Amino acid sequence: MAKLARIRISDDEASRTLAQLNDIFAMIEQMRAVDTEGIEPMNHPLGGSQRLRDDVVTEHDRREAAMRNAPEHQDGLFLVPRVIE
Amino acid sequence: MSVDGSTDLARASVAALAKVLAAKEVSAVELATLFLDRIDAHRDLNVFLDVRPDVTLAQAREADRRRAAGETGPLLGVPLAHKDIFVTRDWASTAASRMLKGYMSPFDATVVEQLAAAGMVCLGKVNCDEFAMGSSNENSAYGPVLNPWDKGAVPGGSSGGSSAAVAARIAPVATATDTGGSIREPAAFTGITGTKPTYGRPSRWGMIAFASSLDTAGLMTVSAEDAAIVLSAMMGFDPRDSTSVDRPPEDCTRDLERPVKGLRIGVPKEFFGPGLSPDVEQSVRAALDVYRGLGAELVEISLPNAALGIPVYYVVAPAECSSNLSRFDGVRYGHRASKYRDLEDMISRSRAEGLGPEPKRRILIGTYVLSHGYYDAYYLKAQQVRRLIADEFRRAFETCDIIAGPVTSTVAFGFGEKAADPVSMYLADLYTVPGSLAGIPSMSIPCGFGDKGRPVGLQLMADYFQEARMLGAAHQYQLATDWHRRVPAGF
Amino acid sequence: MTNPNWEVVIGLETHAQLSTQSKIFSGAPTAFGAEPNSQASLVDLALPGVLPVLNRGAVERAIRFGLSVGATVNRRSIFARKNYFYPDLPKGYQISQYEIPVVSGGGITIEVGGVEKYVRLTRAHLEEDAGKSLHEDFHGMSGIDLNRAGTPLLEIVSEPDMRSSAEAVAYAKKLHELVQWIGICDGNMQEGSFRCDANVSVRRRGTETFGTRCEIKNLNSFRFLEQAIEYEVERQIELIEGGGRVVQETRLFDPDRVETRTMRSKEDAQDYRYFPDPDLLPLVIDDAWIARVGSEMPALPEVQRSRLVEVHGLSVQDAQALTASRATVDYFEAMLAALPGEAKLCANWLMGELSARLNREQIDLARAPIDAPQLAALLRRITDGTLSGKMAKDVFDAMWNGDGTADAVIAARGLAQISDAGAIAAIVDEVIAANPKSVEEFRAGKDKAFNALVGQVMKASKGKANPQQVTDLLRARLG
Ligand SMILES: [Mg+2]
Ligand SMILES: [Zn+2]
Repeated sequence: MAKLARIRISDDEASRTLAQLNDIFAMIEQMRAVDTEGIEPMNHPLGGSQRLRDDVVTEHDRREAAMRNAPEHQDGLFLVPRVIE
Repeated sequence: MSVDGSTDLARASVAALAKVLAAKEVSAVELATLFLDRIDAHRDLNVFLDVRPDVTLAQAREADRRRAAGETGPLLGVPLAHKDIFVTRDWASTAASRMLKGYMSPFDATVVEQLAAAGMVCLGKVNCDEFAMGSSNENSAYGPVLNPWDKGAVPGGSSGGSSAAVAARIAPVATATDTGGSIREPAAFTGITGTKPTYGRPSRWGMIAFASSLDTAGLMTVSAEDAAIVLSAMMGFDPRDSTSVDRPPEDCTRDLERPVKGLRIGVPKEFFGPGLSPDVEQSVRAALDVYRGLGAELVEISLPNAALGIPVYYVVAPAECSSNLSRFDGVRYGHRASKYRDLEDMISRSRAEGLGPEPKRRILIGTYVLSHGYYDAYYLKAQQVRRLIADEFRRAFETCDIIAGPVTSTVAFGFGEKAADPVSMYLADLYTVPGSLAGIPSMSIPCGFGDKGRPVGLQLMADYFQEARMLGAAHQYQLATDWHRRVPAGF
Repeated sequence: MTNPNWEVVIGLETHAQLSTQSKIFSGAPTAFGAEPNSQASLVDLALPGVLPVLNRGAVERAIRFGLSVGATVNRRSIFARKNYFYPDLPKGYQISQYEIPVVSGGGITIEVGGVEKYVRLTRAHLEEDAGKSLHEDFHGMSGIDLNRAGTPLLEIVSEPDMRSSAEAVAYAKKLHELVQWIGICDGNMQEGSFRCDANVSVRRRGTETFGTRCEIKNLNSFRFLEQAIEYEVERQIELIEGGGRVVQETRLFDPDRVETRTMRSKEDAQDYRYFPDPDLLPLVIDDAWIARVGSEMPALPEVQRSRLVEVHGLSVQDAQALTASRATVDYFEAMLAALPGEAKLCANWLMGELSARLNREQIDLARAPIDAPQLAALLRRITDGTLSGKMAKDVFDAMWNGDGTADAVIAARGLAQISDAGAIAAIVDEVIAANPKSVEEFRAGKDKAFNALVGQVMKASKGKANPQQVTDLLRARLG
């Protein structure tokens, strides 16, 4: 999971976290006993449908603002360790 | 009320401040200065994460200029603090995380914009649990906030900075956010009024996301009346938020004077089970008696699935947060590890260093419940039980107008008491999570003091879009009691 | 190419970039080739606190596609998050559609070697594109450009119905023609507006079950698609015949070496943790919207072709040429509207003079300096006898060079053909009087002499006399 979530965890941390997660999942377990046959999952508190935006350009160049918070950048690009494909 | 009585001004409600500002007995600049001084004097509470007096005073001068130009309005010149979950151009926006240390947002959150448009003057950004995850404020990367009532007690979380700011009267109003109880629990722990409106009514644009289907902006105030006044300015429809409800803005003060005689108050029996500590129960029952005395009708109701709220919440919220927090990868902004082997290692180390233990824990839970082979058993199941819980509220509101009960099972606990045991910490939200899952409006109002003289909150919940009715019921209680006027010693 | 022992099974996933002005979830522009990160809005950059709002134009294009392939446009579809980490994926997830896509089913008829075949579509769903990584040397680092992030895509997924690379290419070409025809994608493959992933497997002939498939990613030309499939088929057959097993994996095509190679294997396949995006509500499309989109859709190429043949009496070849693109057939229709009943003449000039000129000067029909009504106005001067075909070509040149409308050029140059019977008769009479020798010879039965007389009349009229009228009048006078 830690790899999937891209979080580096030391062995020590991992065993402590695992114990906590086990407790949490034991607590979550209660929910699994409920009969939910035929119940529609609730993804949003309110129903409704997606509102649509007109296809017009409303945003303009924000590169400078974006680069101000960038850890490393050059020529308007965000720099990262080499991407290998 | 007078300018020289600065303590009086600091303790004044928004409604009272509006009057002295309108009468030009005090200027916005004077008010801002007064609160900036109080912020400075009470730094030990660790409430504020970023204060920039020059920006605050510029806003105050602008408010004074607007008033001089003939503008009026109940919020013009009234100071407030923003929870550091709302992004702001002029103050750093960190979500109390190391990940976003010093991050300057190129835009303001809608709520920040709306309140600024109403003329409110921002005092700065206040502390909270990292990414709004927590119930004690112990999860802030910048240290915990202290409870003004008892510096050995937590102020609650995640909006602990907001609640402590208002409880200590170092800000008359503070914005807050509630995902599973993050407004109501700290409000209860610090003896103030905390209001979470219907999900989707205030915009989420510019709120650093924790769990998108639950996150709701709200307020910490001295009174329900104040909440009604300020909330009216932050409930408009926002086209930038697809889940924003398209309803006309509303005057939340309209039911304040409405008597509670005949109001049907549902009391869920499950909220008074063995887990509820006697001191809290006593104050809550006394509050219900006040309502009875005012002519309200108490109706026993049952919310049998509400107890499943916590397990459901700890599937849904982590699932959403695991995805929402993926953007913090050290590529475009935020913390980047200084040493790494390659790209993947850079991302993993940046996240490991930038994120604290609670966000990490929730990301791991969320990653697990969404992963292949577990999705149906956990995530889908949780969304189904979530509907059962919401349906239960709908049915309850056929027999009552308001639901009342405790906010928390105990008064504020001490630092470190629950920090090592996440499950016991999670259970602190037992009574608040069901309303969050349903998305209904809900609030906490002070109703007494329990063990160690720590405050107790009464929770009120209403059906969707009935926040005005709920605020009215709270205001009527506050007309009959003075718990909300109590201020901790030394403030 | 076909192997008697092996059957090839191919399914394609095609990403068509939708031709909207703005991105699918933000108001940033989609134009190609801008300065790096200058078209990445706050939303595209995934800054803390931003939220997506869906572009109606993208949905409308998806509806158009659904209608054009006889698919079901789902009245309710769901946006989901596909979670994975990649530096050009700013949110750490791609907003896509998973369980319920906007379009389900449908199909496309292709023709290979004179045989028609129906290729079924599984689905088409809306999603956002990622940014891109630039690998030029930034001191050993890569640069991330997020201009493309959030560009709307329609991912069109076929059933594994194709049995050869030729069928796959025919399918891809047909789809390519279609998305441009219905105006949802510019089809520019160099710019990545239309790219295919091919799922390829082989099985022994007669086998029911499919073999293990490999997915070849990002094929952005028909030639690469063909080469990649052929290489992959051969590789899989050789592997199995050599006693090996095909492993399910994602492969990349290397156009320089004309081979495919492993990108990632099934073992390290991603767990995308799809779930409904809590920032977006269900996409609801009502019947009225679908009906309106349907009523605004152009007739499909097949329909147009048969109409050109059956209604306008054009040859199959002409109909084929005129429906090479929407722009061509639209131009033709506009000409015909201005010059009813002259389909053949219009087709000849459009496919002849105009196309040749456009080709020579490398100009798109859409940017032709002469528009359809203007060209039709020129042709009207042929049909009414004002211009001869040769004169019309000169006028066409002048119009191309910006000298104005056909009538303006004719007036300015005094080019009008003389068709006035009286004026022509006067010239004819003069010529007869001045050339008694030729008249004599004609009457003696020498046809050549007649032609000489016509030539004299034309010369005297400076080439403007209507040749037909000249002939008729001469015959009448001499006859
Ligand atoms: Mg695909
Ligand atoms: Zn795709």
